[in-house]
Amino acid sequence: MEEIANLFQGFSVALQPFNIMVMFVGIMLGVIIGVLPGLGGANGVAILLPLTFSMPPTSAIIMLSCIYWGALFGGAITSILFNIPGEPWSVATTFDGYPMAQQGKAGEALAAAFTSSFVGALFAVIMITLVAPLVASFALQFGPAEKFAVYFLAFCSFVGLSKEPPFKTIAAMMIGFALAAVGLDSITGQLRLTFGFTELLNGFDFLIAVIGLFGIGEILLTMEEGLSFRGGNAKINLRVVLQTWKRLPGYWVTSLRSCIIGCWMGITPAGATPASFMSYGIAKRVSKNGNNFGKGEIEGVIAPETAAHAAGTAALLPMLSLGVPGSPTAAVLLGGLLIWGLQPGPMLFTEQKEFVWGLIASMYLGNLVGLLVVLTCVPIFAAILRVPFSIIAPLILVLCAIGAYSVHSSTFDVMLMLVFGVVGYLLKKCNYPLAPLVLAIVLGDKAEEAFRQSLLGSQGSLGVFFSNTLVSTIMILGLIALFWSAIQKGYTRLRTAAA
Amino acid sequence: MRRSVLCVGLTAIAALCASGIAASAAWEPVRPVEFIVPAGTGGGADQMARTIQGIVTKHNLMKQPMVVINKSGGAGGEGFLDLKTSPGNPHKIIITLSNLFTTPLATGIPFSWKDLTPVAMLALDEFVLWVNAEKPYNNVKDYVDAVKKAPAGSIKMGGTGSKQEDQIITVAIEKAVGTKFTYIPYKGGGEVAVQLVGNHIDSSVNNPIEAVAQWRGGKLRPLCVFDSKPMAYDEQVVNGKGWKDIPTCKSQGLDMEYLMLRGVFMSPKATKDQVEYYIDLFKKVRATPEWQDFMKSGAFNTTFLTGDDYAKWVEVEQKRHEVLMKEAGFLATGN
Repeated sequence: MEEIANLFQGFSVALQPFNIMVMFVGIMLGVIIGVLPGLGGANGVAILLPLTFSMPPTSAIIMLSCIYWGALFGGAITSILFNIPGEPWSVATTFDGYPMAQQGKAGEALAAAFTSSFVGALFAVIMITLVAPLVASFALQFGPAEKFAVYFLAFCSFVGLSKEPPFKTIAAMMIGFALAAVGLDSITGQLRLTFGFTELLNGFDFLIAVIGLFGIGEILLTMEEGLSFRGGNAKINLRVVLQTWKRLPGYWVTSLRSCIIGCWMGITPAGATPASFMSYGIAKRVSKNGNNFGKGEIEGVIAPETAAHAAGTAALLPMLSLGVPGSPTAAVLLGGLLIWGLQPGPMLFTEQKEFVWGLIASMYLGNLVGLLVVLTCVPIFAAILRVPFSIIAPLILVLCAIGAYSVHSSTFDVMLMLVFGVVGYLLKKCNYPLAPLVLAIVLGDKAEEAFRQSLLGSQGSLGVFFSNTLVSTIMILGLIALFWSAIQKGYTRLRTAAA
Repeated sequence: MRRSVLCVGLTAIAALCASGIAASAAWEPVRPVEFIVPAGTGGGADQMARTIQGIVTKHNLMKQPMVVINKSGGAGGEGFLDLKTSPGNPHKIIITLSNLFTTPLATGIPFSWKDLTPVAMLALDEFVLWVNAEKPYNNVKDYVDAVKKAPAGSIKMGGTGSKQEDQIITVAIEKAVGTKFTYIPYKGGGEVAVQLVGNHIDSSVNNPIEAVAQWRGGKLRPLCVFDSKPMAYDEQVVNGKGWKDIPTCKSQGLDMEYLMLRGVFMSPKATKDQVEYYIDLFKKVRATPEWQDFMKSGAFNTTFLTGDDYAKWVEVEQKRHEVLMKEAGFLATGN
């Protein structure tokens, strides 16, 4: 039980007054960063990184990782209140969180989101504490083919469960793939579909598309419906937190499943965004309340939030033990480690015990502090919905514009965001689902890259996706998920035929 | 009205005083300086830029803040075009990697280093040939023999980006050995190193800083360095071996040298004073212990060049890249 002794050593480091103060500051900053759409954890951490150079490395990483936790918590706030995901991984939270807010249950949704985030993170940290070295070697087995299989599974577990006509789902997804293909093709190094516009060199950034499609699109819809912002009658007191807590243990299966999905996706490292989508998709499929998903089902908030936070936390493990970042924010933190003179990799755990265990202890404490901070603020956040729409709408617009600008410091992106807003409005009016489109923009180029890397390695043979147990298992799981409803139908028919 | 006149007067006096104090440097930034990184967050150029930013902040080397901005679109083309289109703006500088040459050549983005004003070469990044430590290749000869024996295309070389420095080196090795690799591009150097540890690729040409952790962990083995002389760092890294003990590739019969520029450029039409200011700034940065630690951790080649020497070096490299990329068939159509 050397780990436990090390961990307590770590707690004594993390509990120094200066480090606790740093923790609070980090969480506060992180929540603000998470709330502002577009700013994002990676940018936030990158901007604040130089501030930490004068601190001892342990305090510095505590501050930065707390900004990261804060951003993970904060991303849920605007998703639930305004249907604007502050972070990519909170897109799936909007599907049920926003309908809940519209029904006046914003407080419940927020409390559920924050609590399940905490549960997810806690699960991941416990895993890191106990099985870090084991898990690190698991991550090494993931080459391009395995990565593609994971993305494939994420798509499959999400596709086919939407209630919209399948052709509309496919159409929306194909638009997403097309948008994801724009920009530099990372395999050949050629520009694709930019038509000579230098603004398009970067392709369509996922964040800008999401801010436009969801945020601006939603404002347009609300305007059409007569400027009424439903959900103004939200209950505003802390009791709502306790009431929500009473209901949460009933969803322990969903939570546990989401924790496992999250940890797995964080380590592989596919990241928090596919984790949240996959977890939402699977929860929708297996839950007995599955039909209520999308209409304000609390389980639809718990599943993605738990998975996203578990993945976000678990993503730090491959960074520390292998030096490969599991998320963009982890990539920036990695740069920070190097600047502080710490070499992430297999030796970090043995050579820098104080640092590593201080960080792990701060993961426990930082998430606890984060939970306290955001939960006490639930009434305040929920109260925002009482502000009349005519005041809040321009504020949201400004917030969206700042967010879109801050992604690449480019005014072209703000225009693009408005265009996406109109597109989002039209798609919604025609009942095209936005979720498959968003999923394809986020994972499209990553999946394509992994697919082509695999084929390069196998010299064009598709057999590479079934070449070992790991990759075949994931691929078969994906195929089962894709044809689940058909399999179910066939099974019922067989049974009736037998009877 | 009178108050505003007074204000203007005071500001003018203050400005005069300020310029008097800074008599040594005739020009000084009056706004925050944007330090553009034509690559993503977390990569080699980004780390260097953010280290510089941290050093500048910690030692108060500038009166105005320095802000690092990533413009990675189109293999860095976004960042270069941003500088090209803001001539005479002395508050924008850019850190370059080899994509200064490779991006315009491979993508046809309308840009050349001559559009910018050279400031200084900060360092050169080394490239090392790495293999998995479990493999029986103990030196370049073992490796080359194995590569020659294997059917063409069956040996997988991983690297960062497509038609960039890693792939250029790969093509050069192919030529020297007389075989074909399958080159698999990844997004970042750290990922390449981990893929090599996981045996998903057979070798890589990672920069020292990207693979050192795995070397120390006993997972990777360096075979040779693509430089004219061994690296200058003799501290032990692992098992009594240090960077200095890695032989040059040329001495091992693999005739290829490649170093990557880590240099700084300014917007077009910068004045001499402005360039002098930044040269002076980077000289101060280089003198700090933090910079020296950073150089050591990444086993950088610490050559420092400014002015004509720097421009000449870049000119030669540009020509060399044109040749190398033409031979490899990496030029964009229409170039």
